[in-house]
Order: sequence, then C-alpha cells, then structure tokens
Amino acid sequence: MDSGLITQFIQQIINGVSLGSIYALIALGYTMVYGIMRLINFAHGDIYMLGAYVGFFVTTQLQLGFFPALICAMVAIGIAGVLIEKLVYKPLRASSKISILITAIGMSLFLEYTTMYFLTPQPRTFPPVLPNTIFHLGDVIISFQQLVILGSTVVLMLLLWYVVQYTKMGKAMRAVSYDTDAALLMGINVDHVISFTFALGSALAGAAGVLVGIYYNTIDPLMGIMPGLKAFIAAVLGGIGIIPGAMMGGIILGVVEALVSGFISSTFRDAAAFGILIVILLIKPTGLLGKNQTEKV
Amino acid sequence: MALLEINNIHVYYGAIHALKGISLKVEEGQIVALIGANGAGKTTTLRTISGLLHPKEGSILYHGEPLHEMKAQAIVKAGISQVPEGRRIFAPLTVMENLELGAFLRNDRDGIRNDLETIFQSFPRLKERTFQQAGTLSGGEQQMLAMGRALMSRPKVLLLDEPSMGLSPIFVQEIFHIIKRINEQGTTVLLVEQNARMALSIADYAYVLETGTISLEGTGAELASSEEVQKAYLGG
Repeated sequence: MDSGLITQFIQQIINGVSLGSIYALIALGYTMVYGIMRLINFAHGDIYMLGAYVGFFVTTQLQLGFFPALICAMVAIGIAGVLIEKLVYKPLRASSKISILITAIGMSLFLEYTTMYFLTPQPRTFPPVLPNTIFHLGDVIISFQQLVILGSTVVLMLLLWYVVQYTKMGKAMRAVSYDTDAALLMGINVDHVISFTFALGSALAGAAGVLVGIYYNTIDPLMGIMPGLKAFIAAVLGGIGIIPGAMMGGIILGVVEALVSGFISSTFRDAAAFGILIVILLIKPTGLLGKNQTEKV
Repeated sequence: MALLEINNIHVYYGAIHALKGISLKVEEGQIVALIGANGAGKTTTLRTISGLLHPKEGSILYHGEPLHEMKAQAIVKAGISQVPEGRRIFAPLTVMENLELGAFLRNDRDGIRNDLETIFQSFPRLKERTFQQAGTLSGGEQQMLAMGRALMSRPKVLLLDEPSMGLSPIFVQEIFHIIKRINEQGTTVLLVEQNARMALSIADYAYVLETGTISLEGTGAELASSEEVQKAYLGG
C-alpha cells in the first residue's frame, strides 16, 4: 500500500475520533435518559446547542477562557435539563409513550425557535479561545483543539464512569434503569434519580456544545439538529440505554464519517451515518453491546 | 392495635377491580400468610402496602399511621420492606451493590457493615459471590440475595411475595427455614404463597384470598385442617 494512503487513513482516524468523541458526549445523554425513562429525548440536540451559546456568551461577554466556559456551560445546561424534565416531561410521566415522544419533538422545536427569536438566526463566530497550534507527526496533523477535545472528553467520561459506578446516586441510576419498581422498593426516590440523570446528560451535552463551538468556530440556533440525530444513531449503534455503548457508538460513527469524507466524498458522509442506523436496526436492533435480556426462574 | 392493619381496601388496575374490600391484621412478631390461586390479588395486596399501588378506598395503618397516604420511599423508611415476586434483583449489578441498595436510605456506615456481615453469615453462598453479577446466581441464590437485600433496610415488617416460586424442593425447605429464623430474630413477616402447605406450616395466622376478597381466615393449623382449604389448595 502506498504510504500516502496510509497517512491519509491515520489522519482520517484522528479526525474521526475527535468528531466521534463529541457525538459520544451527546449520545451519553440520550442513552442515560432512555435507560431511566425509556424516553428518546429528541430535544437533547438542542440542549447541546444551548451549551454552545452559553460557551459563546461566557467567552465573548465575560471574556473568560476555555475552562470557565466549559464549566459554566455544563452547570447552566445541567440546570436547564432538569428544568425541562420537571416542567415538560414530569407532568406526562403517566401518559403514553407516543405523547411523550411528540412532546420531546415539540420541545426541540421550541428550543430552536425561541433561541432564534431572542438571539437571531444569524450564525455567530466563536472566539479563538484556544491557540491555533498544529502538531506534525510525520505527515499526520493534529491540532491543539483536537487534543483539547479528546482530553476533555476522556476526562468527562472517566468522571461519568466514576459517578455511575461508585456513587450512591450512580448505583441508584443503574437500579432504576434496570427495574424501576424494584428500585422503589429499596426506598430510592425515582424522581430524584431522573432529575440527576437529566442533569448529568445535559451537562455533557453542554460541554459538547462548547467543544463544537471551538472546533467549527461557528454556532447557530439550528446547529443541534444534525449532531443530535447523529448522537442518537451513535446511541442506537452502541445499544440504547448502555453507557459504554454510547461511547463506542459515538467514536465508531465519527471514524466512519471521517473515512467516508476522506476517501469517498464529504457529501456522502450523512448518508453513511444514516445507513449505519438502518443496517444496525436490520441486523442487531439491540445495538453492538445490547443483549436480549432473559429472566432466570 | 395490630402492627399492620388493612381495612377494607379497594384497588383498581384501570377498570379492573383487583381488590374488592380486603381487611387483614398483622400482629407484631407474627408470621401471617396470605394464600390463594393465581390472580386472587395476593401480589396486588403487597404492592399496595409498599405504596406501588394506591387504594381507591379503605386504609392501611401501620402503628396507627396511614400508610396508604405515604410514598414508597417513606414506607421503606418506616420499616416495611418487600421481597417482590420473581425476586427482582438488579441482575447487571454485583451482589454487593444489590445489598448496598437495600440499605439505600441508611447512612450509618458501621451499622451497614455489621448488617452485611450478618447477612453473609446467614447466606454464606452470597459471600462467595460478593463481586459477581447478581444475574449469574442460581434461582435459589437470587432468592437469598433478594431477602438479604430487603433485610439491609432493617425492616420491622418483611413482605415476602412467593419466595418459593421456581425453586427446587430442597431450596424451598431452606428458604422456609430462613423465613422462620428471620421471624424468630424479631421481624414480623407477611408471606404470600401459592405453596399453601409450606406457608400454613409456619404461619401463626393466615388468610385465603379469592378473586379480590378474603374467603377464609384462621390460624395456620386451623386452615391447614379445613376441608375447603384442603380441597382447593392442598390437593386433597
């Protein structure tokens, strides 16, 4: 194989992993909320968009740097996620699945167009909060921004893993996700667990919003639609409701998109992503890490 | 005053009238059995006591307090813990995590550690499997885990829903020994069973539930020798 091709392959893998880690951050919110409530929160992509705007205002108006922007966005969007759950989804807890799903779509449109109304549909340019340094590893290029995105994602995922695995709330989340009634019998307050899950998932989406703002420099009120759908595909690909699945699905999706863009055509990229969704639903609807649950008697 | 007193409760699943005015009493320190066929309303009764279902009419009093107005969480906190039908252990979590979740409302680290020790002493099989996924346990071990998990909240009343279901005869014997032992250590037990023979053999008092109403009641021995119970539930 000619070495130019190999270089390009490695380059696309690097690009794909950085893009994919952002999908993974968003996918985690989808998958955790689904795990707890069996709800596909279609407003999740727009929650991510709000995160980008919070990051934008913190860096432009308050003149703060990358880390404060990331943290402000996570906190603000975590709170926004809890508010949306309490005001919009909680009153519908006993309703049919389809009404909650339609409400989620309505919430998505509501967030998109109120943002547009108040902040104009005009795209905004994210200020360069990170140096534009580029590293050359042979012929392969890695930007400082890519390293920051990867680093932030890895740290956030490790934190999430710790919370879910070792804290009392994390164990309660896993219990509710597996069997809500049994969790109630343990005295677990399911409402608190749901709020906590929304807070975690939304905070991660908020972080993803800031990272994307930095990566692509530009944000707009409809920026959440496509990444939201992609993250949804990532969650389904890994197995919806399964946290490591969302991480894996996001990375795979990012890499596939980058390879398709690099070797075929970037206009074909989205088709590849949705093609993956169709294939996975046909071949293994429970996702790569999904198992058909069996009950022992 | 009985420790737990159910007065004329009516419970519905949508349009289905599942419990049609049930009354029963559980005195402190007793084992009370609730027997009956499938669909008689046994599980519904336990779910209502635990606050997963709410009666449309009637009351449930615990120490004279209205339990039917409380949330599931408060009911566990008040000292009523349930081992649900089918065990309902958290299969993807480890044995240890399952037991820790049983103590979810407690914050006394030392007390929790002591109780874990006690439970591992009573169920040595669980100790060997502390960090194993609960779903990999055998049916009998899962039942032990479900009971251990419920005991981790230090209940005053333990509600047991079909603890013998799907277990081999040897395990059924063992589980009933354990129930007796738990009771002797001071926990009041309300036991729902289809295995009427076993249930009546250890019960101080028992009720027979038939399509949402109590059709018979008496001491365990009385019911075991009653002709109707013999015919309907003891196969003879």
